[in-house]
Amino acid sequence: MSLGPYASFIVTSYLLVTIVVLILIAWIAIDYRRQKQRLRELDASGVVRRSGRSATEIR
Amino acid sequence: MTLIDLANPTRFLALTARILPWLAAITAILLAIGLYQSAVAPDDYQQGATVKIMFIHVPNAWLSMFVWGVMSLAALGTLVWRHPLADVAAKAAAPIGAAFTFLALVTGSLWGRPMWGTYWEWDARLTSVLILFLMYLGLIALWRAVEDPSRAARAAAILTLVGAINLPIIKFSVDWWNTLHQPASVMRMGGPALDRAFLIPLLVMAVAFSLLFLTLHLAAMRNEILRRRVRALQLIQVAQASQRRA
Repeated sequence: MSLGPYASFIVTSYLLVTIVVLILIAWIAIDYRRQKQRLRELDASGVVRRSGRSATEIR
Repeated sequence: MTLIDLANPTRFLALTARILPWLAAITAILLAIGLYQSAVAPDDYQQGATVKIMFIHVPNAWLSMFVWGVMSLAALGTLVWRHPLADVAAKAAAPIGAAFTFLALVTGSLWGRPMWGTYWEWDARLTSVLILFLMYLGLIALWRAVEDPSRAARAAAILTLVGAINLPIIKFSVDWWNTLHQPASVMRMGGPALDRAFLIPLLVMAVAFSLLFLTLHLAAMRNEILRRRVRALQLIQVAQASQRRA
């Protein structure tokens, strides 16, 4: 596959999209872990939700 | 499960836990197919291989507007119906929309340099998309700046609805003004002007990026619900501690 004289523009575009999408995925995954960790800590400290269920329960 | 059940954040969390792995897998498969089709698509007779930038630029540009549209519906949900998940949906979508808009601007620049001879031109389409990007950043800053979530939600909802005026301006800017940017070639009266060899990879990539948005949005909404639960529990913890002291 030849990308012609403007290969650097094409490759840079695809690389940039890949990097930004990977950053988005990583940011959301790390944020999820952080929130779950905080909920586990609150659960361990004995705080319960107004419904009486534990902090980490999602059902 | 009915739609009204999803108004309950706990039921929403249970639903996302079930569907997110499937959505992520379908998105990855479609992205792989789209990238393969983009790689093997023929060169354009005028643009050469540079046309391959279209397969990532156009989906990002479409999504930059679509995400603001989703946020506008969520803003109505916040202001009119006071739906408990409406502000969660809008707040979770904003950084993803900002990322898609940033990518639309940068890939457009990288496509423009070899085709137009310039990275940037202050014409109606490019400028209105830049304004959209700045509005995304402004909204994100607003949510961060206002401490009280319900006040932040109302202010952000109003700003989102005001900002929605920019969407038709972006869409029709190429028709209303003389711009360097080409007019619509897919969503237009009389059908797409693109050859099937370019149209099919473009549509596959558009669907793949839309599913990517849906996956990331649901995951970010789940995070926002958990963040609000953490905040509520921390408030209960502080209240319990002050009761014990009293």
